Amino acid sequence: MTASTAEPASKVELPASVGGGGEIPTFDVTLRVRRYNPEVSDESHWDEFKLTMYGTDRVLDALHKVKWELDGSLSFRRSCAHGVCGSDAMRINGRNRLACKTLLKDLDTSKPITVEPIKGLPVEKDLIVDMEPFFQSYREIMPFLVTTGHAPTKERLQSPEDRERFDDTTKCILCAACTSSCPVFWTDGQYFGPAAIVNAHRFIFDSRDDAGDMRLEILNDKEGVWRCRTIFNCSEACPRGIQVTKAISEVKQAVLARQF
Amino acid sequence: MSTTPDIRFPRSTSETGRVSPKYTRHGSGAKGGFEMAAWLFMRLSGIVLVVLIFGHLFVNLMVGHGVHAIDFGFVAGKWANPFWQWWDLAMLWLAMLHGANGVRTIINDYADRDSLRFWLLVVLYAAATAIIILGTLVIFTFDPCPVINGVHTGADFCPKP
Ligand code: HEM
Ligand code: SF4
Ligand code: FES
Repeated sequence: MTASTAEPASKVELPASVGGGGEIPTFDVTLRVRRYNPEVSDESHWDEFKLTMYGTDRVLDALHKVKWELDGSLSFRRSCAHGVCGSDAMRINGRNRLACKTLLKDLDTSKPITVEPIKGLPVEKDLIVDMEPFFQSYREIMPFLVTTGHAPTKERLQSPEDRERFDDTTKCILCAACTSSCPVFWTDGQYFGPAAIVNAHRFIFDSRDDAGDMRLEILNDKEGVWRCRTIFNCSEACPRGIQVTKAISEVKQAVLARQF
Repeated sequence: MSTTPDIRFPRSTSETGRVSPKYTRHGSGAKGGFEMAAWLFMRLSGIVLVVLIFGHLFVNLMVGHGVHAIDFGFVAGKWANPFWQWWDLAMLWLAMLHGANGVRTIINDYADRDSLRFWLLVVLYAAATAIIILGTLVIFTFDPCPVINGVHTGADFCPKP
């Protein structure tokens, strides 16, 4: 028996050309996070954290590092960490994005990276906002299939062309990045908001659905599609790349077409 | 021993139920038709305004002696012609209604206090109404050579008594 302990049998020797985890470059970033804790103070303030992060890290990883290693009281939502659940929309360097889809290396790391809660919804703590008003508007446009007549015994078939008509708006993950990027929504929170219209669009243009007229009626409201000023903030914010402004104008046209 | 703070849940809406009243829509539905008409009007009046405004600019600034010809007599001459009276009337009404409605939407978009919004709208509507009425009166009652108390007070080109 030799005194030296053998390497674990499972270790795979990689040639230097392939590269290993250690080769990922690291860099220092400063994270400026908007903090709010109603149990301590009614005022929010900025906290700065200096972190050493990897080139493969995202803003979400930086927030994790803060929460797990520096300040456990930092509060934010995240679930899937892979851009699917829509829970970690936040305002990063002044733009709405998902923390889990924003690589640190794509941001300007020479300056502090600011992270704030999305605007226009009541902040509950740190980066967590009350999403209830957002979901209320979503519920109002009836985001479910409504049909008339007898239910078929088989699945409801649809041609690829008919499916294509509303494909873009099926991709929404209800992150609220769009609605909370809209200045019209910021003002008084009365506007239905882009996300509700996107999800109405998904059913209005679905050939299998029969309640399109009802949804158009709901959105032909004082606070409905006509409040849209075609600012395009929503299209820019959407992490799923949905052409939100285009969907809204298609709904506007459908409301008009119904009248004449 | 420390006392546990009184923590209510969820905090932002704990006073009022699930959705804070700021977000519940009041008077929904009723005025949607008006907003749709306003949206359509902005686009249709915009198209007509392109013709009216550029026609106006062309005739005033380019034709004949162009901008150097503009004086009291030039305006008086134009308003002696019903064609230009109606042209200017259409331009006045469309631009004022279009502009006032545009400012109305801006006020609705950016004034966040109800009282501020109300007073801004009052000022806007009062100003727009005054300008439309005054403008209409001027276009149709304009007299370059008025006789006031028997005194001729018009411009040089007016017939002398
Ligand atoms: C030259 C022809 C014109 C065209 C084609 C035009 C077109 C438009 C359109 C389509 C809108 C609606 C924008 C929206 O709803 O998002 C608009 C808004 C507006 N227009 Fe005009 N317009 C013209 C002339 C004028 C004039 C002469 C005035 C001033 C008297 C004016 C004042 C406004 C204002 C204040 C707004 C609101 C701005 C906004 O909603 O962002 N426009 N215009
Ligand atoms: S449309 Fe895009 S930005 Fe808006 S809620 Fe859906 S996924 Fe988020
Ligand atoms: S954590 Fe699920 S979308 Fe970012």
